[in-house]
Amino acid sequence: MSDILVGILATFGTVFVLLAAVGLVRMPDTYLRISVTTKAATLGIGLILIAAAVYFNDLSITSRVLAIILFIVLTAPIAAHLIGRASYFIGIKLWDKSIMDDLKGKYKKRTHELSSEDDDDSSNNEDQPNK
Amino acid sequence: MTLYDYLYYLLLPILAISILLLFIRFLIGPSIVDRVIALDLLITTSVGIITVYSIVYDQPTFLDIAMILALIAFLGTVAFSYYLEKRNKNE
Repeated sequence: MSDILVGILATFGTVFVLLAAVGLVRMPDTYLRISVTTKAATLGIGLILIAAAVYFNDLSITSRVLAIILFIVLTAPIAAHLIGRASYFIGIKLWDKSIMDDLKGKYKKRTHELSSEDDDDSSNNEDQPNK
Repeated sequence: MTLYDYLYYLLLPILAISILLLFIRFLIGPSIVDRVIALDLLITTSVGIITVYSIVYDQPTFLDIAMILALIAFLGTVAFSYYLEKRNKNE
């Protein structure tokens, strides 16, 4: 019974990791690749680690597995946010079929400032200008 | 077909194929950010491989190394993004 559960969990985790790898190869844009990295890999690795916890069935192993899962879930969005911010700052282009760019015109490349106010007339719903 | 055979002959090769795909992106990535993401996902996938390996060989000690690798992946990505931003700022 436990073996079947371990097999099912490990299979789903492996499928998610494989989908993340295929998505990283096939996605057309750096930002879409970042999104693939944070979501699919976190779920896949979490499922594989839960399979290990079910297999060993020990308190110390389970706490170790929970520590790894908590660490990955906490740090993957932070890392993705930082690398996405850096890639926007160093001027990597969006995909040419991307519809909207929320930061367009709000980042001054010369002074390295990111303001929430538009320079043109659309200043109706900005409440706090932060740099 | 035992759990050992299933993990060893089906899941580990699938994980190896995904490592190969990620390595393709690591080699051909157009910008340095793509390479950083591919490196991050390579290390994260190797955490999964280590976990499956520890199930197959019944050695739960390997999970410590998985924890350290997860930490290294996060530190590498943060350091790369920090220095990429700095490099653009100074030039």
